[in-house]
Amino acid sequence: MNIMVVGVGGQGTLLTSRIIGKTALQGGYDVKLSEVHGMAQRGGSVVTFVRFDSKVYEPVCEEGTVDVLISFERLEALRYAHFLKPDGTLIVNDTRIDPMTVVIGAKEYPQDILSTLAKSHKIYTIDAGSIAREIGNSKVLNTVVLGASAKHIGFEKEEWLRVLEATVPPKTIEINKKAFELGYEA
Amino acid sequence: MEKRIMLGNEAIARGAYEAGVKVSSAYPGTPSTEISEFLAKYDEVYTEWAPNEKVALEVAAGSSIAGVRSMACMKHVGLNVASDPLYTLAYTGVNAGLVIVVADDPGIASSQNEQDTRMIARSAHLPLVEPSDSNEAKEFFKYAFELSERYDTPVIYRTTTKLSHSQSVVDLCERVEVEDKVYERSVPKYVMMPASAIGRHKVVEAREDKMALDAPSFPVNRVEYNDKKIGFITSGVPYQYVKEACPNASVLKLGVINPLPRALIEEFVKEVETVYIFEELEPVIEEQVRAWGLDVKGKELFTKQGEYSANMLRRVLFNEETCAFTKAEAPARPPILCPGCPHRSVFSVLNKLKIHAAGDIGCYTLGAVAPLSVIDTTICMGSSISLLHGMEKAKGKDYIKNWVATIGDSTFLHTGVNSLINMVYNKSTGTVMILDNRTTGMTGHQEHAATGKTLKGEDTYAIDLAELCRSIGVPNVIEINAFDVPGLEEVIKESVKSDTLTVIIAKAPCALLKGQKFPFKCQVDSEKCKKCGMCMKIGCPAMTKNEDGTVKIDETMCNGCGLCKNYCKFGAISQVER
Repeated sequence: MNIMVVGVGGQGTLLTSRIIGKTALQGGYDVKLSEVHGMAQRGGSVVTFVRFDSKVYEPVCEEGTVDVLISFERLEALRYAHFLKPDGTLIVNDTRIDPMTVVIGAKEYPQDILSTLAKSHKIYTIDAGSIAREIGNSKVLNTVVLGASAKHIGFEKEEWLRVLEATVPPKTIEINKKAFELGYEA
Repeated sequence: MEKRIMLGNEAIARGAYEAGVKVSSAYPGTPSTEISEFLAKYDEVYTEWAPNEKVALEVAAGSSIAGVRSMACMKHVGLNVASDPLYTLAYTGVNAGLVIVVADDPGIASSQNEQDTRMIARSAHLPLVEPSDSNEAKEFFKYAFELSERYDTPVIYRTTTKLSHSQSVVDLCERVEVEDKVYERSVPKYVMMPASAIGRHKVVEAREDKMALDAPSFPVNRVEYNDKKIGFITSGVPYQYVKEACPNASVLKLGVINPLPRALIEEFVKEVETVYIFEELEPVIEEQVRAWGLDVKGKELFTKQGEYSANMLRRVLFNEETCAFTKAEAPARPPILCPGCPHRSVFSVLNKLKIHAAGDIGCYTLGAVAPLSVIDTTICMGSSISLLHGMEKAKGKDYIKNWVATIGDSTFLHTGVNSLINMVYNKSTGTVMILDNRTTGMTGHQEHAATGKTLKGEDTYAIDLAELCRSIGVPNVIEINAFDVPGLEEVIKESVKSDTLTVIIAKAPCALLKGQKFPFKCQVDSEKCKKCGMCMKIGCPAMTKNEDGTVKIDETMCNGCGLCKNYCKFGAISQVER
């Protein structure tokens, strides 16, 4: 299975991908993940790939091969939607973060991204930011998105929660589990 | 055997641990940084940040000569800094094993160029080992030490961004403690004065010839015969692209790139109908293979730039496309300085004063792009200061009255201080701004010689940057809070005007350092906002415009630094407690 996680540097996309990778490893698969570090992380567009199968070679997903595309932001969903297979699933955190090109007025933020994408893709949206804020920590936005994506990837809920518990800092286990559940039920 | 999913860099660190390495020295640089961070977690390995790569390699060489397995880590351009010891260490050889990890960046994810370390290995006559996934990254690392000790040579261990920053499954092994080697004084081997060096040059040549003869039997050079119509000679991550796109092709996978296993390659080319050499960046393998008169295909089909992929191979060889959708038009999202970044404050003042900056390597390179648009040059670590000096010597002191050099604290200690010594010695009148954010920011917050902490997290001496500058003779050293906008404006104006060499140290911790969030949030009073857009000129990502043109500040993104408040003439922005 090919999974792609995209978003804006600082949104916590990396942790989400790592949990997907670990869950797949526990499920007995060969797993490869590709991450972005360094300059690109600073508020830029970030991409992570997770691939799992009986044997995986290439650590990235090619355009047109992605089963599940998880986007933490609307514009990033638009930017990378062509990576999806024709019957692939798109999960979008329904939020807008203006890139600097838009802030300084050089470009316009595209209108109606979600309805445009819905014409050609199977799309699920979630407002993870609001859910995270409601439970008192806007930082667990990524875990809410993970919860919402988990049921489209597979594995039992308990397996996800076990990996989540083993991955996040001990102090944040409870709030992360809550965030995952709310995303999963949403 | 325990299986774990590991980042390529973590696997290299694990390989070092298992190989019995006792000393590692490094300077951070994407994509190599995490190797040292993971290695520091093993109590058995002494691990440190050195001020630069030259120092790091010399430290590792000292440890090797003293008799313990040692290593240095750096990014590709870091090897340029370390190339002075590198070329001569090829002559001295080692006592205990010495491996130099060098991380190349094909595709330039976070670098200033895309040079190919395999070329340097050839010119320095050093063996180069290259793995293609995390498990190999660990296993080949142990093999690199075997080669180093068997052939009495430092070994370059090449990784690339895609390997360093991708994760795959690793089988963990136990650490093998290697007995320390006895040190024996040997002037002909370790003292590289002409009489010794002439002798050692012969040793270098003989060693390389011997290795070339042995190379076909190195277990890391592997032939996978399959369909013999089409075959690939490849190494590193491109091997994975070949397996992905052409699972039925024959493959000669090289684990040692220098020297090449000639007999093995000749046999492969004879056995397989069409052979492609699939290597990212320079035609290092290809040129040698062609020089032997063998018929292969390579760079006439595959680019010398950027990262390869399975799709690229499919496109070039089979004209195949996997993509069903067209790529949408979407405004670019380049990286930017974070909300609350102290560099933004300094750049906002320089922008207002219409001052040019000779820039350096770090997050602050982002001061080159709109709307801050302050930095005019970025070449390499430490170059900002020397470039400014060169401009003054070329055109006179008045020419640089609207110029400064900007350099980070870690970069200043890396190689900037040498350039500052030159400014003092050769009577410069320029202004150097050290953007002191108390960390090595871009690479993800590494300690350095002025932070008071070691890589292992121990307390240590912290070099006082102001005292350092004074001690080398800088006549005017000013320390200022990087968020003191009126103060900065005043000192910058004065120092560029004056004929006295000045160092301004603008201090404020990186916004991403733990606990650095200001206890405030910034708010806009939309009644008072005149939509003039002055505050937007600082390029803070937390600030956007409402439909009616008034400014709004995203509460979650805002760090509370209050920089924007300085640029609102109408008092519409306030800093309130969180």
